[in-house]
Parts: sequence; structure tokens; C-alpha cells
Amino acid sequence: MSASSIFFYFVSAFILAMGLLAVTSKKIFRSAIWLLFCLVGIAGLFFWMQLQFLAAVQIVVYAGGIVVLIIFSIFLTQKAGTDLPKPATRRIIFSILATLLGFALTYTIIARHPFSARDTGPLNARVNEIGSQMLGTGRDGYALPFEVVSILLLAAMIGCIVIAMKTPAINLPGREKKGEPEKLETNSMTV
Amino acid sequence: MSQIPISHILFVSTALFFIGMYGFFTRRNMITMLMSVELILNSVNINFVAFNKYLFPQKMEGLFFALFIITIAAAEAAVAIAIIINLYRSHRSVDIEDADEMKY
Repeated sequence: MSASSIFFYFVSAFILAMGLLAVTSKKIFRSAIWLLFCLVGIAGLFFWMQLQFLAAVQIVVYAGGIVVLIIFSIFLTQKAGTDLPKPATRRIIFSILATLLGFALTYTIIARHPFSARDTGPLNARVNEIGSQMLGTGRDGYALPFEVVSILLLAAMIGCIVIAMKTPAINLPGREKKGEPEKLETNSMTV
Repeated sequence: MSQIPISHILFVSTALFFIGMYGFFTRRNMITMLMSVELILNSVNINFVAFNKYLFPQKMEGLFFALFIITIAAAEAAVAIAIIINLYRSHRSVDIEDADEMKY
């Protein structure tokens, strides 16, 4: 067994252990940290496949962006130091059953399928190749999905601002009347 | 690299997918459910990259799919967190059992 395969099995075990901890941890903040380790492990798997650009994107976007966003939202919405409520035992049992059955079914199909490579050779995934394909309009060009994704990101950004914006206190008279009793109701619910 | 059969990589990604599914089923907190969705998306990314690397190494389609999935996951997480914060503002809780006004 070479060092490369030992590295692969080590990283895979790390990813799965961290993923399991992320979905079973009692404290939500620890769960976010386990998720961070799991995503970094997946970046390590991409490094192992010699896709350095994708691994860098994984670390920058997931570990640097999404996990930080999740941690900020935990700070904004959760009380510090409280445990998450334990799910009902019945739900745990049925979830484990469903996931184990699904896993067994999927993996038997995968294990029986003979994967045969259509063409061989090393994957040429240098950054200049990725860049010229990403903006190319020819046969192997991805200019159209690139533009579509950029529009999607713009729409998501505007949507986030609109959704999370605090509605100003002085509003249209019709909306104010509608919004007022709701606010009172939620306040009384918490008190 | 070449000594590992592709089914071992697919084992990891399938296991990660179902771990995420387990979290999605058992958790009732919206932020933890979002974290499970991220796990599921990542397992799909591993699949795309492994298929590209092992079966079609002359092309880079799986790599580009993974890149676009990462982008869309970032947008999705941002929108989801905006919705969660807005919900917290009106309900003082991010538990999905507390947000049942439209259920009945």
C-alpha cells in the first residue's frame, strides 16, 4: 500500500467522522466547527486528485465563506451554551433505517456496475486551461453557464438584501396596520 | 492515485450523502438542516470530480460542474440565511416546529 492510498483512506475516514459529528453534535456551534473540518477534508481529497484549483475554491468558498456565514447566523439567532433539543427516539430510529437502507441500495448498485474508462491519460486541469475553457465560446466553452451563474449570484445578492432588510418603522399606512398586531402577538409569545 | 478503485471514492461520497440525509431528517433547527444540505452538495461534488478524473480525463466537464455547484451552493446558503434571520425576527426561534402558520 503506497503513501498515496494511505493518505486517501485517512482523509476519507476523517471526512466521514467529521460529517457524522457535524450531524450528531448536541451543541450547534461545535456542529459548525465539525462541518468546517469536514469541508477542509474534502478539499484535501481534491488535492489528492491533483485538482489544486478546485481545492482552493473549496477552501475559499466553503471554509472561508459559507461556514463563516453559518457561524455568524448562529451567533445572531442562538442562545450561547444551550444544547439543541434531542430528537425523538422514534424519529432517530426511522432516520437510521431509511439512511442505512438507502445506502445499502445505492452502494450495491455502485459495486455491481463495471466502471470502464472511455479514454485514458492524465487530467489536464491547470488554471490557464480552466480559465480559457470557462470563458470560451467554442466547443468546450462554458461562457453561457458562467454568465447565467453570474446573473444568479446577482439575483441572490439582491434577494438577500431585500429579504433580510429591516422594514422601516414608518411605512405605508396599510402595511403598518397589518404589521402591527403581528408584532404584538410575537412579543407576547416570547414573554 | 491509480491504485484506488473508483468504487472506494464513490463509497465515501455515498456515505457522506446519507450522513447529510440523516442530519436533514433528525435535526429540527434550520441552521443545522442547512449544514446537512451543504454536506449533501459536497458529496455530489466528490462524485462529479471522481467520474471526471477516472472515466473522462481528457475533458473537464465534471470539474466545471463542481465549480458551478459550489457557486450555486454559496448563493443558496446566503438566501437561506437571509430567510432564517428574517424568520428569527418574527418568531424569535429558528426551529421548524415553531413556523407552522401555513401548515393547517
